[in-house]
Amino acid sequence: MFYREAGDFKTSYQSDSQTFPIKFDRYRYYVVLVVAFGIIPFIINDYWANSLLLPFLIYAIAAIGLNILVGYCGQVSLGTGGFMAVGAYSCYKLMTAFPETSMFIHVILSGGITAIVGVLFGLPSLRIKGFYLAVATLAAQFFLVWLFNRVPWFYNYSASGQINAPERDVFGIIITGPNAPAWATYLFCLIFLTLCALIARNLTRGTMGRTWMAIRDMDIAAEIIGVNPLKAKMTAFAVSSFFVGISGALFFALYLGAVEVGEAFGIQKSFLVLFMVIIGGLGSIFGSFAGAAFLVLLPVVLKVVGADMLGWPTDIVAHLQLVIVGGLIIVFLIMEPHGLAQLWRVAKEKLRLWPFPH
Amino acid sequence: MKMKLATVALSALIAAGPALADLTFPSLSYRTGAYAASGIPFADGYADYFTLLNERDGGIGGVKANVLECETGYNTEKGVECYESTKGQGALVYQPLSTGITYQLIPKATADGIPIHSMGYGRTSAKNGKVFSNVFNYPANYWDGASGAVNYLLEINGGDIKGKKIALVYHNSAYGKEPIRTLEELSKKHGFELSALPVDHPGQEQKSQWLQIRRDKPDYVLMWGWGVMNQVAVQEAANIRFPMENFIGIWWSGSENDVLPAGDAANGYKALTFHNVGTDFPLFDDLKKYVIDAGKAAGAGDQVGTVLYNRGLYAAMLAAEAAKKAQEISGKADITAADMRDGMEALEITEAKMAELGLPNFGPTFSVSCENHGGDALVGVTQWDATSKTWSLISDFKPTDGEVIGALIEEDSSAYATENNIAPRCN
Repeated sequence: MFYREAGDFKTSYQSDSQTFPIKFDRYRYYVVLVVAFGIIPFIINDYWANSLLLPFLIYAIAAIGLNILVGYCGQVSLGTGGFMAVGAYSCYKLMTAFPETSMFIHVILSGGITAIVGVLFGLPSLRIKGFYLAVATLAAQFFLVWLFNRVPWFYNYSASGQINAPERDVFGIIITGPNAPAWATYLFCLIFLTLCALIARNLTRGTMGRTWMAIRDMDIAAEIIGVNPLKAKMTAFAVSSFFVGISGALFFALYLGAVEVGEAFGIQKSFLVLFMVIIGGLGSIFGSFAGAAFLVLLPVVLKVVGADMLGWPTDIVAHLQLVIVGGLIIVFLIMEPHGLAQLWRVAKEKLRLWPFPH
Repeated sequence: MKMKLATVALSALIAAGPALADLTFPSLSYRTGAYAASGIPFADGYADYFTLLNERDGGIGGVKANVLECETGYNTEKGVECYESTKGQGALVYQPLSTGITYQLIPKATADGIPIHSMGYGRTSAKNGKVFSNVFNYPANYWDGASGAVNYLLEINGGDIKGKKIALVYHNSAYGKEPIRTLEELSKKHGFELSALPVDHPGQEQKSQWLQIRRDKPDYVLMWGWGVMNQVAVQEAANIRFPMENFIGIWWSGSENDVLPAGDAANGYKALTFHNVGTDFPLFDDLKKYVIDAGKAAGAGDQVGTVLYNRGLYAAMLAAEAAKKAQEISGKADITAADMRDGMEALEITEAKMAELGLPNFGPTFSVSCENHGGDALVGVTQWDATSKTWSLISDFKPTDGEVIGALIEEDSSAYATENNIAPRCN
């Protein structure tokens, strides 16, 4: 009923292997793009931007990054918070050192710096796997946070150890600092998210993605058929850290504006992004979106429903939220280990046949 | 991508809340998380004072006060969410009770024209009203605390602490790092040796720091701690038999929660303060009659009279007084955030006013001006008595080293002004 596939023929390999081979999906994707780029910027206000959309967009980038590493290449990482901090601090150093340069360049360079750091910390993955690698990346997390707290050069010797985003613009439009209009910060993050998602989608279905997945599924077999594990793992760490670094830079410069490394990029952040990837679906770009949306929206929805509408005490609502998120993670791990993305896949299969299943 | 539509639909629902015609005082509280033990009494005190005003006086100048509570969990991201969701509802003043959130809100609130009152926390150089138009940190700030502690040590040592060793145990965050600069300056001035020992969030693990204290044997230990870190530090100090009367905490390390777990061993522990302790004030009778016995107390209602409850009460009292001042200046009862800012800038707390409110000698006397957003910086010292389980004020509110602090404030605030292109006001 929803999917009318009759007559939707593919006459070339190219059209057969496009991201959205079904016409209905493709149109829906265009509609989402039009709404996101053409409509939301005109009706957005500070509350929407700062409470919902910015965190969603930024966490989605981080989740895509981590998904590449964990979901596609099978390398467990608990260092996301630390790598986000690398992105944030490189962005801060770049912003203060080169105030005239466009923010686009700063954010991309921050991603590049994070990619280098990520590769450095990814080197142990050649020798260790699974839990041991998780512990090694955990060390990266603690080391990086310690470093940014310890070395005053990173925070320009400010008395409090905080970094504050100065006002910077892109083509004359202010996008950081308190005077940045909501639509500008939103669009800036949206552009980065769209680009990241497109790049990630195309990387994961090309040669590089296939080598990652081969390593994930069985590294010895992959090596035997000619996949270079060094190259595959290092590229996965580099691409993943690049995205995570971009999200860290945006998180600091556009969303929070002032950051204290231990508080903003602590171990909780690593777990939060990992939960997004797990709940959203390992090895799925859509899953990264779904996971980020779920974990950003859920606390706000619970707060609005519990505290604002029903008038419950705020502490009860906050505790309830911990209970619900924890419960949902367990439920997902048991009922649907492939996450929201798999739920969506199943629903779509059903919808394609509905109302006449076999 | 699909989820974004749901996001939009939901946000439309959220944004639909109407603005209230009351005087809105958002309370960015934290009743959950690692710092809840410190956050709950403050939030209760803050809410109870406004409840009292509503019940007894019918509000402030005839307009009811509405305390809008929003849970931050001491987390800056939730703090941002709370700020954004409450600012549209006519918020008059923000008191986030978190240095991290304060730092975040300083530029945002200034751009939105809403004042922030970071009472005894936040960015110290915000005292300079020439640069920070919308931020207030009266009656005292961290640097006053650092200087107050040193002054107290000078007082008990007959004015000479040359060659004494002082250790600073601090929460390794923006908050804990605040006093270091001032203490370094003061150590040059008075010739004491300073050693700084950072403790990482949340502060449950302090064995190595106290081992170092045991080895170095400092004459005095100062502490900038918060939440669970305080109790652990007091316990660790007791474990190494550090003399408690030589252990002085900042005002955020001086509540019942911090000393009770250590039991008798905590006897004699000292803490700085900028308000009085206990319930021996006429206002508490009214509070009992109109709020507690009427069953309208916030939270569990079991925090009345604790140090942090009194601090919340004091914060609410200052906010209410500033609102009254704002009503007086603007000539209307239903004030806006801009009026509130003007009221805060013209605030004057005298002994007579505190007595009139039923809180004689509850805090230091001070006045705020356009240049000085930090009041007169008077700091007192309290001491814990483990047998009667009470704090008592052992040193009255005394002036701090304005010369050293003033220079540091000037330096830090002018750096902020150049960084953000702020032209000085008050000319």
